Amino acid sequence: MPPDSAASEAERVLRICSACMYCDGLCPVFPALAGRHAYPANDLNYLANLCHNCRGCWYACQYAPPHPFAVNLPTALAALRRESYAETVWPRLLGRAFRRPALGAVLIVAAALAAMIAIVAASGSPAALWRVRAGPGSFYAAVPWSVMAGLAGVSIAWAIVSMAASTWRFWRAIAPKVPGRALWLAAGPALRDIVTLRHLGGGGPGCNDEDIRFSKRRRLFHHLMAGGVALDVAATLAAAACQDVFSWPPPYPLASLPVGLGAVGGVGVVVGAAGLLALEARADRAPSERGESVLNVAFLVALEVVALSGFALFALRDTAVMGPLLVVHIGTVVGLFVGLPAMKSLHAPFRAAALLRAAAEQKASEGKEGARAARVLSE
Amino acid sequence: MPATADPWDVLVIGGGLAGLCAAISARKLGASVRLIESAPSESRGGNARHARNFRAAHGAPAWHSPGVYTADEFLSELRKASAPQFDEGLAQELIADTTGLASWLMDCGVRLQDPRVGVVPFSRRTAFLLGGGKAMLNALYQTAAGIGVVVGYGAEAVGLADRPDGGWSVEVAGAERQRIAARCVVVAAGGPGADPEWLRAHFGPAADGYSIRGCAYSNGHAMQMLIEAGARTVGDPTTCHIVAVDARGPRFDGGIVTRITAIPYGLVVDRDAARVDIESHDVGRTHYARWGPRIARCPGGVAFLILDAGALERAAPTALPAISADTIAALAGTLGLDADALARALEAFNAERSGRRHPLSGPPFFAFPMRPGLTFVHYGVAVDERMRVRRRDGGTVATLFAAGMIMAANILRSGYLAGLGLALAAVSGRRAGEAAARHAAG
Ligand SMILES: Cc1cc2nc3c(=O)[nH]c(=O)nc-3n(C[C@H](O)[C@H](O)[C@H](O)COP(=O)(O)OP(=O)(O)OC[C@H]3O[C@@H](n4cnc5c(N)ncnc54)[C@H](O)[C@@H]3O)c2cc1C
Ligand code: SF4
Ligand code: SF4
Repeated sequence: MPPDSAASEAERVLRICSACMYCDGLCPVFPALAGRHAYPANDLNYLANLCHNCRGCWYACQYAPPHPFAVNLPTALAALRRESYAETVWPRLLGRAFRRPALGAVLIVAAALAAMIAIVAASGSPAALWRVRAGPGSFYAAVPWSVMAGLAGVSIAWAIVSMAASTWRFWRAIAPKVPGRALWLAAGPALRDIVTLRHLGGGGPGCNDEDIRFSKRRRLFHHLMAGGVALDVAATLAAAACQDVFSWPPPYPLASLPVGLGAVGGVGVVVGAAGLLALEARADRAPSERGESVLNVAFLVALEVVALSGFALFALRDTAVMGPLLVVHIGTVVGLFVGLPAMKSLHAPFRAAALLRAAAEQKASEGKEGARAARVLSE
Repeated sequence: MPATADPWDVLVIGGGLAGLCAAISARKLGASVRLIESAPSESRGGNARHARNFRAAHGAPAWHSPGVYTADEFLSELRKASAPQFDEGLAQELIADTTGLASWLMDCGVRLQDPRVGVVPFSRRTAFLLGGGKAMLNALYQTAAGIGVVVGYGAEAVGLADRPDGGWSVEVAGAERQRIAARCVVVAAGGPGADPEWLRAHFGPAADGYSIRGCAYSNGHAMQMLIEAGARTVGDPTTCHIVAVDARGPRFDGGIVTRITAIPYGLVVDRDAARVDIESHDVGRTHYARWGPRIARCPGGVAFLILDAGALERAAPTALPAISADTIAALAGTLGLDADALARALEAFNAERSGRRHPLSGPPFFAFPMRPGLTFVHYGVAVDERMRVRRRDGGTVATLFAAGMIMAANILRSGYLAGLGLALAAVSGRRAGEAAARHAAG
């Protein structure tokens, strides 16, 4: 869908919803529509990121096709959400990866391959990779520390700078006009919503993960995946500490902090991402937006490849394939970080920003006369 | 035409709220139950799709319904709303049944909304469905299928014949024409509102301009079938609940969002740009229900609401954006009205300065074209306290039941109470289903 039509379709549908409001108990998008007459672009982008795509309002909608109003809020907001990433991402060139989501996958694969080639080139003779033996320092015998740290450092720095800039641009665009105090008070509740994925509980029975039945599987798998990523970040930090503070070079034994955290986190990522992929594959297509599905799948597959290559490296690190596996693992890690700012990963900070705004507006309106004045139609 | 050999204990005609409640109740008592719904599965469920909350008496606060709402209070409000000749004994029984309705629905998987969530008002009298009526219908269809009710979509009952054993043979049109035999039949096919010909016959040619707010499938043909089989009617086929709706909305199924609620903030004119008014300017919850009949009496059955930016801002959001123009003449042009006449009407309106009303100072100006939107007709078939259909020549039919909007006129002869439609459909459906299952069991 071209950008303007994503916004105008979302506005058309949201107007119907604002007059209807039958879904107001399903998620925070609807209370944010109460009494609303105007839909400026920034507010539309905010609403799009406030939607967690639970699809509840598709199955509940009295105006879904074949009704002539043809309301499909989940896909309208998903298309707009993708457009909001495309508009806001920094550097702007990356916007293309959201308008044509397959491009993002191409970028990661290209970056991963480039990184692998660079590593092989930097490690002297490729044949030597097959001859490295186990033991302390064996990783650096295969791939020099400077190459490994350099590539990882640069790609991670790129991901952090780009995603921070994109997030800042998004926040600047959607920041609510509330007193600083409300924002401060909102940080706690917003953080709780983010960490617990409260809204994915659907207020009890869960979301319409696959079809008209409710399920809590998406919440579970998302927790596993996100928790796994967090543990893997912790494992990397632990490894850096072992090496630089305690002068203990890798590889580390299973019972060490870096490998222990990494292994548990890796299992979380492998199982969580696989579960989310399975849900994506089985899900009813009607409330799914194709472009968003491509973004989801590309990101989840990238996570799987990185995690599985990490496990392979751990399992086979005492064998002759350790060297090549190390190259593949580092290459995919570098590819993931290079691609991160142009992938579904933007969802995390953007949704966090949207939840913060929702919580801040909630705080700012608390206690005010008429905070619940929004009227609901009923007969 | 194939004939199913073994009769079902209970055949339910109509898969709206009343039909689903009848089917589930009958099945829970062990009856074999078949339900036929004339709509395809995407459009199933009748008018409950457009409903939000149901009225229920409760003697103590519940998490979904604060405060207390006694059956006596319910009855006295019904007495005020309905014309005097309604069946008060039946009303009392059905109101008593609403006491357990919320928990019965929740047992069937229906989710209610916590009034602290979202933006629903705190309401003593009514409980709100989480996600609205369609979410409720989805849950009930799932429950019905889960306990073994056999549901057929796109299956319209078109004929009713009695069988020598006292049961019925129902002719069904649809993908497959067939006859279904049943010991008892529950007709829960809704009221007669959605048949354009029937409406024209009772409301005159102006009815062609009405929007039907509910679904096209609740067309009263099954009610006609009952009348032809000897059922006694109740109510008045020319009394109905009618509101002001956006004329740009669809002919059928516009539901709740096309209702125009901003009338108290602006000026209403007819197609000659002459001012239209009703006696009081009540911003209360039902003013639109008094505007419906008023617009129906306007020439051509249309009227236009004129607003300025301030008035639009004060009004509730609308599904379709207002028509706008920079001058009143341009607005008149867009609406096809006489520009001078509209300007004069506006001037007179602004000069009036009555009460709380703001003058329309514009530009820009905004407008909503309006037509009457029919919600339901106060007409149906007479039933006894077990929802057995009453005969014109006295007595009741032991094996024929009617539930929901098709029998609502027994207790609602005029007017309306918010949340009454669903409550009646559910409790009468349950009664009919249980009575039918008991009768079939012998
Ligand atoms: C716009 C609107 C808003 C409303 N809002 C509310 C509200 O907020 N609260 C409230 O309490 N009430 C509300 N109501 C009223 C309420 O929706 C109805 O009273 C209630 O749904 C009636 O249920 P029912 O099952 O008796 O009939 P219907 O809902 O009319 O269902 C009849 C069913 O029978 C099927 N059918 C018809 N003929 C045949 C046939 N020959 N063979 C097979 N199947 C057939 C139809 O397809 C339909 O599914 C509203 C009504 C409308 C129109
Ligand atoms: S029922 Fe449909 S139109 Fe109404 S709020 Fe839900 S999604 Fe929007
Ligand atoms: S899909 Fe879920 S989160 Fe998104 S708007 Fe609908 S109900 Fe809200």
